[in-house]
Amino acid sequence: MFGRILSTARIEFAIAVRNRWVAISVAMMMMFSLVLSVAGSAPSGDLGIDRLSVTVASLTSLSVYLVPLIALLISFDAIAGEAERGTLPLHLTYPLGRGELLFGKLLAQLAVVALAVLLGYAVAAVVAVWGGGLQELAGLPALVRLIWTSVLLGAVFLSLGHLMSCMARRPSGAAGMAIGLWLVAIVLYDLGLLAAIVADDGGAFTTRIFPWLLVANPADAFRIFNLAASGAVGAASGLSGAANTIAQWKPLLSLVLWPVLAALLARAAFQRVQP
Amino acid sequence: MTILTLSGLTKRYGAQTALDGVDLTLAAGERVALLGHNGAGKSTLMKLVLGLIPVDAGKVSVAGHAPGSSVARALTAYLPENAAFHPALTGREQIRHYLRLRGDDPAKADGLLERVGLGDAGRRRIGTYSKGMRQRIGLAQALIGAPRLMILDEPTSGLDPVSRREFYSLLDELSAAGTAILLSSHALSEVEARTDRIAILSDGRLVAEGSLPELRIRAALPLTVHLRPRDGQADQLASAFPEASMANGVLSFSCPATDKLAVMGRISGLAPQIDDFEVLPPSLDDIYSHISRRAA
Ligand SMILES: Nc1ncnc2c1ncn2[C@@H]1O[C@H](COP(=O)(O)OP(=O)(O)O)[C@@H](O)[C@H]1O
Ligand SMILES: [Mg+2]
Repeated sequence: MFGRILSTARIEFAIAVRNRWVAISVAMMMMFSLVLSVAGSAPSGDLGIDRLSVTVASLTSLSVYLVPLIALLISFDAIAGEAERGTLPLHLTYPLGRGELLFGKLLAQLAVVALAVLLGYAVAAVVAVWGGGLQELAGLPALVRLIWTSVLLGAVFLSLGHLMSCMARRPSGAAGMAIGLWLVAIVLYDLGLLAAIVADDGGAFTTRIFPWLLVANPADAFRIFNLAASGAVGAASGLSGAANTIAQWKPLLSLVLWPVLAALLARAAFQRVQP
Repeated sequence: MTILTLSGLTKRYGAQTALDGVDLTLAAGERVALLGHNGAGKSTLMKLVLGLIPVDAGKVSVAGHAPGSSVARALTAYLPENAAFHPALTGREQIRHYLRLRGDDPAKADGLLERVGLGDAGRRRIGTYSKGMRQRIGLAQALIGAPRLMILDEPTSGLDPVSRREFYSLLDELSAAGTAILLSSHALSEVEARTDRIAILSDGRLVAEGSLPELRIRAALPLTVHLRPRDGQADQLASAFPEASMANGVLSFSCPATDKLAVMGRISGLAPQIDDFEVLPPSLDDIYSHISRRAA
């Protein structure tokens, strides 16, 4: 079983390297990270916290858009692409379970996401130490937290990409659904919550339901967890600022549960795909 | 020994019946061609045998096991219709992966590629392959682990005549080693006489089954006779064969296969007037379209 999963992961990783997904993802993360850390390093001394923590705060706001996007881009083709090439029925006649196939692909794509965030955020650490010396490494725990939560967030959207891939059956349809999902989960969801808060004007929705709705979205959970945990709440804005009273364990739980839930959803959708 | 048994196999897609009560058996070492027009149900039948889609009625048994069960999967190899492997991988990487998936030694990849004539191309990306070469990759993966049953969906489409001949020689080796082979095609002329039995599907029903000579007899199509008269003998010969018509200096007529000897007798009696003659059996495509048309 491990041999089959590992072989699938290896071949998928090779494909990702040759399709330039690895290079594109890594370059994208490194570039944005570089821009943010250089731009954010100038006025930090006044805030009384290290530059790296400030950079982590701005990286958090960026990653919440970028990591799901990268994850969806590298995952939407997983099943639909095989169905179109005609290799899906072949794979399913091998002694390879559907779960094994999906898990192998997830592992390879998760490795791509992990590589991209690791190398990307490393740039931020290098820039911080370069500019302010070793004491800047006080912000290192915040950076480490950003890395592993980014990988969890990536895992969620990789599996959601697989879900789209199974539901659409065709790569073009899956790509459209993936972009739609990104818009809804990352952009429209927050706008909707903001509008609801404004309309509610401090009522029961804002105090009772809103915090739960916020952590229920893995992207918001990621943002809240990282901003609240880093010392740089001052850099937080918008919804996350409004939500900094939420207890830490809630967004953390959301971030840990979502990858499992999304993977189970993808697996269930894959079961219904008839080759 | 029976490797594959289909009994009353039926599959519906909504209101459409893709496969209607098909019975078929394959013994070890037997090569059976499944023939039918596009949409006749060939691929559907194969997917049912592989357990990829559920049956609506009837039963499939692969050496006594349910289709898609782990034993059946281990015994069966499959070549899907128009399989296109990932263009970014090399042929060798792809075959090594398939070997690992079957729990086999990836080092066998080179031997398999050699066997299908891709020894040199194995290190190139599949994206650079011709359609025939991609088909050979598909075939190479189907050879993994000496399967007892091979299901090949239109394996010779896209192959040139020479490659097709090599392909059938490979099938001869496999069948001699006891592998039962079910392959599909939409033309009888592609299958030629290289299979032991032919099963013809039309609109999801099995309308004929037997060896090529059996099907030939059953179709009872007439022979075509061509006579070329010697110089100046055309009119005389034409009056001796009033049923024939003249075109481009050749007399042509058809006769039932049972009259073959009588016609030969008449021809040899008129030998001085005849320059050359031909007696043509019905072509494979004639037989095939006759049988599938009669069924419709
Ligand atoms: N997934 C499907 N959904 C609906 N109809 C299908 C599906 N697959 C095949 N069919 C129909 O079943 C019939 C048989 O198809 P198929 O087995 O692919 O034919 P063949 O392989 O002989 O060309 C066709 O009429 C086809 O349209
Ligand atoms: Mg077909």
